[in-house]
Amino acid sequence: MNAIDPNVAADASAFTDYLGRHEKKSLLRFLTCGSVDDGKSTLIGRLLYDSKLLFEDQLLSLEKDSRKHGTVGDDIDLALLVDGLEAEREQGITIDVAYRFFSTDRRKFIVADTPGHEQYTRNMATGASTSDLAVILVDARRGVLTQTRRHSFIASLVGIRHVVLAVNKIDLVGFSRAIFEDIVADYRAFAAGLGFKALTAIPLSARYGDNVLERSPQMPWYDGPTLVEHLETVIVDDDAAERPFRLPVQWVNRPNLDFRGFSGTIASGTVRRGDAVVVAKSGRTSAVKSIVTFDGDLEAASAGEAVTLTLADEIDISRGDVLSGAIDRPEVADQFAAHLIWMADDPLLPGRPYLLKIGARQVTAQVTAIRHKIDVNTGGELSAKSLALNEVGVANLSLSEAVAFDAYAVNRETGAFIIIDRLSNLTVGAGMIDHGLRRAGNIHWQALDVDKRTRALAKGQKPAVVWFTGLSGAGKSTIANLVEKKLTALGRHAYILDGDNVRHGLNRDLGFSDADRVENIRRVAETAKLFVDSGLIVLVSFISPFRAERQLARELVEDGEFIEVFVDTPLDVAEARDPKGLYAKARAGEIAHFTGVSSPYEAPERAEVRLDTTTAAADLLAERVVTYLQDTGIIPGVEVTI
Amino acid sequence: MSKDRLTHLKRLEAESIHIIREVAAEFRNPVMLYSIGKDSSVMLRLALKAFYPGKLPFPLLHVDTTWKFREMIAFRDATVKAEGLDLLVHTNADGVAAGITPFTHGSSAYTNVMKTEALKQALTAHGFDAAFGGARRDEEKSRAKERVFSFRTDTHAWDPKNQRPELWRLYNSRVRPGESIRVFPLSNWTELDIWQYILLEKIPIVPLYFSAERPVVNRGGQWIMVDDDRLPLLSGESPELRRVRFRTLGCYPLTAAVESDAATLPEIVREMLIARTSERSGRLIDHDDSASMEKKKREGYF
Repeated sequence: MNAIDPNVAADASAFTDYLGRHEKKSLLRFLTCGSVDDGKSTLIGRLLYDSKLLFEDQLLSLEKDSRKHGTVGDDIDLALLVDGLEAEREQGITIDVAYRFFSTDRRKFIVADTPGHEQYTRNMATGASTSDLAVILVDARRGVLTQTRRHSFIASLVGIRHVVLAVNKIDLVGFSRAIFEDIVADYRAFAAGLGFKALTAIPLSARYGDNVLERSPQMPWYDGPTLVEHLETVIVDDDAAERPFRLPVQWVNRPNLDFRGFSGTIASGTVRRGDAVVVAKSGRTSAVKSIVTFDGDLEAASAGEAVTLTLADEIDISRGDVLSGAIDRPEVADQFAAHLIWMADDPLLPGRPYLLKIGARQVTAQVTAIRHKIDVNTGGELSAKSLALNEVGVANLSLSEAVAFDAYAVNRETGAFIIIDRLSNLTVGAGMIDHGLRRAGNIHWQALDVDKRTRALAKGQKPAVVWFTGLSGAGKSTIANLVEKKLTALGRHAYILDGDNVRHGLNRDLGFSDADRVENIRRVAETAKLFVDSGLIVLVSFISPFRAERQLARELVEDGEFIEVFVDTPLDVAEARDPKGLYAKARAGEIAHFTGVSSPYEAPERAEVRLDTTTAAADLLAERVVTYLQDTGIIPGVEVTI
Repeated sequence: MSKDRLTHLKRLEAESIHIIREVAAEFRNPVMLYSIGKDSSVMLRLALKAFYPGKLPFPLLHVDTTWKFREMIAFRDATVKAEGLDLLVHTNADGVAAGITPFTHGSSAYTNVMKTEALKQALTAHGFDAAFGGARRDEEKSRAKERVFSFRTDTHAWDPKNQRPELWRLYNSRVRPGESIRVFPLSNWTELDIWQYILLEKIPIVPLYFSAERPVVNRGGQWIMVDDDRLPLLSGESPELRRVRFRTLGCYPLTAAVESDAATLPEIVREMLIARTSERSGRLIDHDDSASMEKKKREGYF
C-alpha cells in the first residue's frame, strides 16, 4: 500500500515511476457506519495498520494507550488509533465524525468514521454528505439491526448509491458461509427500496484482517474481492462532467477595471470557451470569453474544478448567482419541497425564520408546512408538527427570495442546503430539495393557521405592549425611541404609539378633558392590541395618568403581554426640564387639565419596570427595558453558543 | 468519463481554493496565519490561485516568537516581497519583557506565552473574524475530528464536543462580534500530498527542509541546531557539523533535526516514505502525553 518497497526506494528511476503513479492517483471518499461495537474504528485502524501508515511513535503511543484504555486484552486495540478525542477514549465510543486517510497505488481514500450511537445520527449524515460510497458494518453474530436500517436509510437519503455490506467478526461465527448468506439476503430484502445502484457484500474480520487487504484463507467459499480490492476498483460512475453545466458564483474577481471574473467551483457539467451561459435568476445571457486559472487559461473545465470565467458582455452577476448553459437551466423558485434532517436540540418550528445556505447564497427561509416525518427504521410516514433532533421529514419551505437549484436526486451540489439558526448561529438542519413549488398552488400555508403566534414567530419574538407612563417631560418618548432603536438593531420588530402619531390622526377629535383622556387611552389600547395580534412589540408612550385606563389596556391583551414601564420623574424635576415649555404655560393658566399641575397623575403601584430618571441616563434606562424583554423571553436573549 | 478524470491532487487543490474563496467572500476581516513552513507555503500558493489574477484580499499574519530559524525569517521576507503580500508580524511583547525563553520557562509555558497567547493577542487586536491555518487532519488524532470551519468562542476556545455539523461544501460562517472561525483549507491533505504538490507545482520552501551541513548539538537523542549564539550550551556540549535537515519548522531550540542526505524534493519524499518516525515527533511540545494536542487546541493553539 502506501509504504514503499525498499527496492523501489533505492532505485532512482523506479522511484520516479512510483512518484508518477502517485501523482496520478484518483480519490475515493467513503464513510463507514454501523451499530455500536460493530467494529468500525477497528476496521479503519486495520486499514491504516495494514497499509503501514503507522509510524513507530504512533505505534508506541497506541501500545501505551491499549494498556490504559484497551478492551481487547494484550492485543493492540486498533480502535484506539481512530477514537481521537480524550473523552470518548474513556467512554469507549466514537462520538463524532473523524476523517482518516490512506492510499494505495491506485487511489487515495478519505474515510469518514461516523458513530453508531443513536443520538449522533446527524454526524452520519455529515459524513455521508461528502462520500460517494458507504461501508455498512454488520456484526456477523447479530445480523441486520435497527441501526443498520437507520444508517442505510440515511446513506440513501443523502444520495449514496454505492454500498458495501461488511459482515464483520466473521471469525466469531466460525467463518460460516450460511450465516453470511443469511445476513446478505436479509439486508438485500430490506435495502431493495433504498435506491442503491450497487451493493457488494464482503465477509471479513477487521480484528484479524481477513478479507480486508489480504484474502482470507479461512473462507475459501468466498470468491469476491477483498474490501480494499473493491474500494480500489469500484467505479462510482460519476458522470458529473456530462451533466448540465452549473457554476455557483462564489467570488467576483475584480482586481482592476479591465478584468471582471466570476470565480467558483463547477458543480456539474463542462464549460468551454465560447459557450453561451445564462445567469439562472435574471435570465441574462452572455458567452464565455476565457476560463482563467493561475496555471493559464483553459479551453474547457468541468465538474469539481475551481475556475474563474470572464464573459463577453458586461452583465450583472454577483456572489450567489448560478451560471448555467443556455439550455437545461436550473429551476428558480422561492418555494420548494425538501427532505430535512434536523440536527439541533431545539426542534424545527414551522414559521420561524431561519437562514438557509444553498451554494454561495444565503437567504431567510421558513418551513411553511411539515408534510410528514419519516420513521428511519421502517421508512413509514408519520404526521408531525415539528422535527426534533435526529428526525427526518419532508417539508415545504418558503424563501425570502428566489434561488436557483436542482433536485438533489439530479445534482447533489445544487440541490443541497443547510439551515442555520439566526440567533445561535448553529447549523441546525440539512436539506435535500425534492422539487420546486409553484407560487399559485402553494402560496397558502398548509396545515398552519396564521395566528398571532405564527406572525410573532416569523418575527423571532413574542408580541407585547410596553406601556410607558409618567408625567409630561418625564422622558417617556426619549426612552421609548431608544428602546425602538435597540430592538431594531437586534433584528426585532417594534412600533411606537405616542402623542405625535396618534393625536394628529386617529385621535384628532379628542381634547384633554378627563373623558377625552379616557377615550384617548382606550383607542390607543385597542390599537396596541391589534398591533400585538400582528406580532409586533408595541411601545406606547403616553402620560396615561389614570390607573383604571392602564388596567383596561392591560386586560385587552394576554397575561404576560403587557409590560408597564413607570418613567418615574418627580414633578419638580420634570417641570425644571420642561422640554416643550408646557409646564410654564400650565402654570400661566394657558393649558387646562395639565397632568401634575391641574389634573392628577396616579402613579403605578405594581409596574413591571420602574425607571428612575434622576439616577441614570436615558440610554442605560432603555437598556434596562431591553434586558427585561430578554429576561422574560419576549425577545431572544444573547445566548452563549458554546 | 468517470470521476477519475481528476487526480487526487487536483481535487484537493480545488477543494482548498473553494474554502479560501468562501472565507474571503463571507467574512468581514479574515487573515491567513503564515508559519513559513511547507504547509503554509502550499496554503499560500492555493490562496494565490484562488484569487488570480487579483491579489490576496486578506493579510498574512506571522506570530514571531523571536526564536524562529534565521533562514525562516529571510524566506518569509523574500516571499512577501516576491508575491507583493501584506504581512503582519506579531510578537508577544509582554513575554519578551518578562524574559520568557524556551530555556528559562520550559517548552510548554514558553509555547503558551509566545505562541498561543501571542496569537490570541494578535487576533483580538486586529478583530479578525476568520483565521486560516495550515493544519491537516492526518497530523494528529484530535485534528482528525476538527471541522474545516472550526468555531472559536470570544476567548478563542475550541469545544470539541459542540462542533457545528459540516455538510457538503456548505460552510457556516456565522459568528457574533468577538467570536471567530479557524479555517483549515488543508484539512484533507496528507503529508505525502503536500510534498507531491510542492514537487509538482515547484513551490519554494525554506532551505532548512533540505539536507546540509549544519552546526548541531545532541540533546536527549535529538539534534538541535545552534542557529545563533542565544542557545545556551550545556557543559560538555560543543556544536558539531552534521548533514541534517528538518521535517517540520518552528522555534529552533524546540525543533529537532534529523540526520539526512536528502537534498532534493524527490529525495525528501523518498525519505519520508521510508521514515519510521511520524511528523510531529520533531516538535518537542507534543511529547507530554497523547492528549496534549487536544488540550492545547482547547486553549487556543492552532
